[in-house]
Amino acid sequence: MFKRLAEAGASVAITVDGKQVAARAGDTVAAALIAAGIAHCRTTPVSGAPRAPYCLMGVCFECLVTIDGVGSRQGCLVPVRDGMAVETQTGKREAGR
Amino acid sequence: MTKASDLASSYELVVIGGGPAGLAAAALAARAGLSTVLFDENPGVGGQIYRAITSSPVKDRAVLGEDYWTGAELAVEAKASGALIVTGATVWSLDPTRLVGISIAGQARLIQADRVIVATGSLERPFPIPGWTLPGVMSAGGAQTALKAQGLVPSGRTVLAGGGPLLWLLAAQILRAGGKLDAILDTTPRVNWLRALAHLPDFVLSPYFSKGLKLLREVRAKVRVIRTDRVEAVGDDRLREVVFGTGDGERRMPADLLLLHQGVVPNVNLAIAAGVTHAWNERQLCFEPVLDGDFTSSVPGIAIAGDGAGIAGGTAAAERGRIAAIAAVRALKPAASAPDVQIIRQKLRREEMGRAFLDWLNRPADSFRQPTGDTIVCRCEEVTARQVRDTADMGCEGPNQMKAFLRCGMGPCQGRLCGLTVTELIAAQRGTTPVEVGYYRLRPPVKPITLAELASLPIAEAERKAVER
Amino acid sequence: MAASDYDVAVVGGGLVGVATAWGLAREGCRVVVLDEGDRAVRASRGNFALVWVQSKGLGLPEYAGWTIRSSNAWGGFAQTLKEETGLDVSFQRPGGFHLALSDRELEARANILKRLHNQPGIVDYKTEIMDHAQVARMLPDIGPEVVGGSFCPIDGHVNSLRLFRTLHTAIKARGVTYLPSHRVEKITKEGGEFRLATEHGEIRAGKVALAAGNANMRLAPMVGLEAPMRPERGQIVVTERLRPFLNHPVVTLRQTDEGTVMIGDSKEESVDPAGLTIGVSATEAERAVRQFPLLSNVNVVRTWSAIRVMTQDGFPIYDESETHPGAFTVCCHSGVTLAANHALTVAPMIARGALDISLVAPFSARRFHVQAAG
Repeated sequence: MFKRLAEAGASVAITVDGKQVAARAGDTVAAALIAAGIAHCRTTPVSGAPRAPYCLMGVCFECLVTIDGVGSRQGCLVPVRDGMAVETQTGKREAGR
Repeated sequence: MTKASDLASSYELVVIGGGPAGLAAAALAARAGLSTVLFDENPGVGGQIYRAITSSPVKDRAVLGEDYWTGAELAVEAKASGALIVTGATVWSLDPTRLVGISIAGQARLIQADRVIVATGSLERPFPIPGWTLPGVMSAGGAQTALKAQGLVPSGRTVLAGGGPLLWLLAAQILRAGGKLDAILDTTPRVNWLRALAHLPDFVLSPYFSKGLKLLREVRAKVRVIRTDRVEAVGDDRLREVVFGTGDGERRMPADLLLLHQGVVPNVNLAIAAGVTHAWNERQLCFEPVLDGDFTSSVPGIAIAGDGAGIAGGTAAAERGRIAAIAAVRALKPAASAPDVQIIRQKLRREEMGRAFLDWLNRPADSFRQPTGDTIVCRCEEVTARQVRDTADMGCEGPNQMKAFLRCGMGPCQGRLCGLTVTELIAAQRGTTPVEVGYYRLRPPVKPITLAELASLPIAEAERKAVER
Repeated sequence: MAASDYDVAVVGGGLVGVATAWGLAREGCRVVVLDEGDRAVRASRGNFALVWVQSKGLGLPEYAGWTIRSSNAWGGFAQTLKEETGLDVSFQRPGGFHLALSDRELEARANILKRLHNQPGIVDYKTEIMDHAQVARMLPDIGPEVVGGSFCPIDGHVNSLRLFRTLHTAIKARGVTYLPSHRVEKITKEGGEFRLATEHGEIRAGKVALAAGNANMRLAPMVGLEAPMRPERGQIVVTERLRPFLNHPVVTLRQTDEGTVMIGDSKEESVDPAGLTIGVSATEAERAVRQFPLLSNVNVVRTWSAIRVMTQDGFPIYDESETHPGAFTVCCHSGVTLAANHALTVAPMIARGALDISLVAPFSARRFHVQAAG
C-alpha cells in the first residue's frame, strides 16, 4: 500500500509476531506496520473484525498493539526501537499482559 | 528525555499541544519570563500541520511545499525560548482548578498550572461511509502524517475521496513525491456554491485564493476527478474495491487504499472534560469552545488557541497562540515586555478572511455526515446508524442516554470518531438541532492511562475514607 | 376516570420508573412515563449493576427478605424480558465477594455480618467469612494482600445499562408512552384524576407513581406523601475490554459480560454529578491493583460519577397517599437488585390500587416519624 521515499532514515530491527521487520529511524510502530505491508494490526474485542491504523495521529485507537509485552498501546505514538517486539492483538486483551 | 518525575509540581503556564498555536504560545510566554512547560503526546513537535518538522525524512522541500517548512521557525523559536518542551507526554486530565494530569512513559503525575493554554488542535471530521472500518481505508490526514514523518507514499491502487483544502493539498504532495492516484472522488455538493458565493470577494483577497487555485490546477492536470454523492468501501478482511455513485448509476473501482477526508473539526475532548462551555458552529458543523478576544474560555485561567478554538488553519493558529500567551503574561507578570497584541490581531484577521468562503464551499453533504442502515457510526463499539436512529425513535433524545443504551462513545477513542455523527443523527431523527441535542459528557482520563498509573497518584485522607469500608 | 389520558403516570424514566411502568403495562394499564432530558441526574446510568444480597438489612431485617425475594425473581424476570425484546441482560448469580485488604477490614466485615444475623426475624442468606486460601480457590487472581473476604452464594450481577435499554424497549413494545424532557413541576388532584404540570403541557392520569429518585423529595409532598432523601455521590473507574478472568462479582470490582472491569465505589457528600475527584479514582484503582495485581497494566478508558438515590435510612420507601388516594411512591437505592420486585410485585399492587401491607408495610415513610418520636 505504501512505499518509502529514498531518503528514509537508518534501519531499525523490530519483530512483529516474532518475524523480523525492517523499520527505519523516525518510524512509529504503526508506520512501520504500514510500511511492512502488514494488512491489519488487531481484531476488535466486539465482533472480531480486522482493523488497521486509520488516523495515525493518536485519535482513533485502531492501531492498538502489544509492544514489548504490554497490550493495547497506541502504535502511532510509540517510536520504534532496536529489538522492540510488536504483537498484533486478537479480540479482547488478556489481563496481565 | 524528560521523565514525569523530572517535572516541577507547578508551572506558571502549561501549554497542551505542540502544533503552531502551542509552539508560538510557549515561545512568547517563556521569553516574557513565565515558567512554561509544553506537553505533546507525539514523538516530536509540529502538531499535525507541521508534523515531524524537526525530523522529516522528506528532504525535497517542494514535496511538502513551502507552507510546511515555515513551521521549522516556530519549533526553533520555542526551543530557544527557554520553555520546557516535553514530547511523548499525554495530558489525560484537566480540571477547572487547572490541575493537569500527565502521563509520560507509563508514569502519571498531576501538575498545577496558574494558566493553561489548550492547543490540542483539530481532528478530521468523522467520515462514516459503509466499509470505513476495513483495513485499507485510512484518513487522508493519516496518509499525510506517514508522508511527512516517515516519507511513506501510497504505492498501490489509491483512491482519495471527500473534499476540503487538505484533500487537495495531500493529493498534490503525493503526486510531487512520485505517488500515483487512481481517482479523486469529490463529494462536495455543487449547491454549496450558492452559500459560498457571497463570501467570494473576501476569499479573493485572502492568501488562500491563489494558493488554492494553483493546487487545484496542479492536481486536476494529473488525476481523474469524479463528482459523487455516494461512496462505499467494499471488501472482506481488507478493502477490495471502492463503489461510488455517478450521475448515470454506480461504478466500482478495484483499490488497495482508500483515503477519506471531509474537513477538520476542533478536538474538544480535553476542553469539554475541563468544563469549558461549547457552542454549535452551524457553518463548520461542529462544536467549538465559547471564547473571548484573548481566547480565554468560560473556565478562569484556561485559554484555547489554534484550531481547537474553531477551525482557521495553521498560520492563524500561531497568531491565536500568541494572543492567548500575551493574556497569560499580562495576568501573571504585568511588568514583563510582550509584543503589541494589536499587530497580532491584525495579522489574525487577515488570516481568517477567506475562511467563510472555504467553510461554505466545503461543507460536507448531509448524507456523508448522517449515515443510514448498517454503516458503523462508533468504530470502537461497532454501533450502527440504524441502531442510533431506532433508539432515537424509541425516545432517546441525547448522546448521553444513547451512550448508556448502545455504548457508542464508550470505547477507547471516547467519542472522537462518533460524537458529531451521533449528535447529528439524533437531531435528524428527532427533527431537532445539534444545539438541542448536545454532546457527550466527558470525564478524565480523556486518553487512557493504566490502572497502576491512576493508583500512583496522591490520595488525601478524606478521599481514601470515601472508598474504604 | 375514563376521561383521563392514562391509567397511571409514572414520574421518572430511570430503572425504577421503567421497571414499574413495564409491570403496570403487563397488568393492562395505559401508562405514561414522564422523564427528564439527556442531562438528567440519573443513577440508572451510573450504578454498579449488582443484584446483591449480602449485608442488606442491618437495621431493618424485613429489607433482607424483600431483597432475597427480588434476587430469586430475577432469573425469571430476565427471561421474560428476553422473550419480549430479544435482548439478554446477562443476569448471573454465581455468588459474590466482599474482599478485605487488612485484618482490620476483615474483622469489621465479620462484625457487620454477625450483627445482621443476630437480628430477630432475619432470613439466613448463608454468607460466610473466608480466609485468603479459601477465597483464592474461587478467585485465583487475588493478590497476596487480600487477607480474606465474605462470600454470599446468592449474590449476582447483570448488565445494567443493557437492562435500562431493554426495559425502555419493552415498555415501548407494550405501548407505554414515554415522554422525555417532561420534568414534572406540579401535581394536583382534581375531579378524581391527577394533573401533572410539565413545561410541555399537562398530563392527566388516574393514578400516579413517583419513581423520580432523589426528586421524590420534591414531588411527594405535592400528593400528601414524603420521601426524605440524602443523595450522595459515587465514582466508578472502568477499564478496556478484557478476556474473562473473574468468575464472581466483588462488591467493588466486577467484570461485565462485555469484558470491561468496573471498579468502585465511593461515598461522597458532594452532589455535583459533573464533578470528579481524581484522588477518589486513585484510591479505587490502588485497591483494585492490590486485590487483583494482574490489572496493573490494564488501561482505564473511562471514569464516571453519579448521584446515588438514597433515602435517609438507606431503605426503600413504598407508600400510598392517604390524602391523595391513587398516588404512590416507589423509591429506593437498589434499583437494579429490586427491579424484579418493582416490575412483578409493586406494579401489580399499584395497578390494583392498593399496596399489599403484608409485603411492604415496613417500607412506609411513616417509619421516619416513629424514629423521630422515639
